[in-house]
Amino acid sequence: MNILVCVSKTPETTAKITFTSDNSEFNTNGVNFIMNPYDEWYALVRAIELKEQFGGEVTIVNVGPSENDSVIRKGLAIGADKAVRINAEPKSALETAHHIANFAKEGSFDAVFLGKETIDYNGSEVSAMVAELLDLPFVSFASKLEMEEESKAIITRDIEGGTEVIEVAPPFCISSAKGLAEQKIPNMRGIMMAKRKPLDVVEPDEVSAPLEVKEFSLPPEKGEVTLIDPEDMDELVRLLHEEAKVI
Amino acid sequence: MSVIVYAESHDGTFNKKAFEVVTYARKTADLLDTDCIALCHGADSPEQLGIYGAQKVVTLESDALEQFDAKTYTAAIAKAVEQLGGDTVILQHSANGKSIIGGLAAKLNCGSVSAVNQLPTNDSGFEVVKPVFSGKAFAKYSISSDQRVLSLMGNSIPPEEMGSEDVDVESLSLDLDAPKTKVVKVDKVKGEIPLPEAEIVVSAGRGMKGPDNWDIIEELADELGATTACSRPVADSGWRPHHEHVGQTGIAISPSLYLAIGISGAIQHLAGVNNSDTIVVINKDPEAPFFKAADYGVVADLFDVVPRLTEAIKRFKAS
Repeated sequence: MNILVCVSKTPETTAKITFTSDNSEFNTNGVNFIMNPYDEWYALVRAIELKEQFGGEVTIVNVGPSENDSVIRKGLAIGADKAVRINAEPKSALETAHHIANFAKEGSFDAVFLGKETIDYNGSEVSAMVAELLDLPFVSFASKLEMEEESKAIITRDIEGGTEVIEVAPPFCISSAKGLAEQKIPNMRGIMMAKRKPLDVVEPDEVSAPLEVKEFSLPPEKGEVTLIDPEDMDELVRLLHEEAKVI
Repeated sequence: MSVIVYAESHDGTFNKKAFEVVTYARKTADLLDTDCIALCHGADSPEQLGIYGAQKVVTLESDALEQFDAKTYTAAIAKAVEQLGGDTVILQHSANGKSIIGGLAAKLNCGSVSAVNQLPTNDSGFEVVKPVFSGKAFAKYSISSDQRVLSLMGNSIPPEEMGSEDVDVESLSLDLDAPKTKVVKVDKVKGEIPLPEAEIVVSAGRGMKGPDNWDIIEELADELGATTACSRPVADSGWRPHHEHVGQTGIAISPSLYLAIGISGAIQHLAGVNNSDTIVVINKDPEAPFFKAADYGVVADLFDVVPRLTEAIKRFKAS
């Protein structure tokens, strides 16, 4: 089973979010970057488990500049066999998806795994775009994926207030949610082996941007918290009713 | 070119989010000086969408739409957009809407912005704002393509009665390929409003000390008609089911009232809840970071104060 796993680089979850002085760009000064948790903990680890079950290869693809190589190497250390970085800096999900699809078309993948969203732009868009551009069946928010045989996957999909169980035959594309796999920490052997695994850099095809970010802003500061006397819960209820008007 | 909105129904019924997205679409259509057409499938009363602003309702008809398959729904909406002449498509930012928006943008080869939470502007090109960095910031996008697709975050704008049920309802038969995925089972938590749709959420954390102490949380939630949630450590230690986990790596929610009980307020937790309208924090540690994000705070032992809050709500409801 050959699986393509698409990974992004994102600021770590505790990063302080600030912008350059004209608010046009994210200020990366002092920010640590990680592999997007949904891509790493769930998509990549489950792909590696399926490879261990059926044989085949796990390929990582990332769209980005050379600074992303450390994140890609971590994916190789966790257990992917090879990696490709498409040397582009897209402004939109659609460009990213086109780059991935153009690369994926050249290979023969039985499945394409992505995270359900990145923790920076929170778009949840690239996975469905890749599926559409590759004309693959698409299952979103996969929190469980079992394959007893290589010809059929049984996927649990998270929906509002519950789950759906879905059958699909390869080749298919999924977006990965919590539960799909358990986070795997790379061991020293993995880290050493990753240095010798191939990381190819390919130049992108021309793709046009349908949109761009004009400006970033931070949420308005919250006013001071109103502290309520713990002995007077009637006062809290009154404020929620009369002032906040939420009950 | 029209604004076309897809309103989701579940078991034939629209919920509040469907009416929100129709109102949002109508206001967008007014801004662009055009009309608002609502699409739906399988709804018992499609004309209800007229009340919230749709000037025409089109029901999508095809056997292929009987189960949700992202690509089939994407194809259906794309065909409707083509036949009805739409340049702006608006979806709900729901599990299904999120599964459609990307594919639809790829099919139409246009710009898309998901999880928008404000109306667009059209003064210097089509611009729209969405939360980014898990709610820690906002980004204003400018879309340059001729068409565009948006998905609207729930609880961003209230549904408004902008029209009437006396609206033109047409059906549109679509020729669609059979879905390549098969839904074999649907499990829904019974009797509770799903977290992403809940107006009031009562959430508890490690301060609860153990899974056996949740009675007081459930009693409070019952009195408020609220859905229960929890922090990540609570879900990870198995005190509560994973579907209750709200935060950056759990579910992001934006209810009108969020009560955080015994949750310190780690940045990853705040990221998933800071779009709530009103936040109440109950914690015995006055230094808990959550108080900085709260509208109302109670510094007290939760085991003491939560039952008294429940009693106060009972008195309020009785009065």
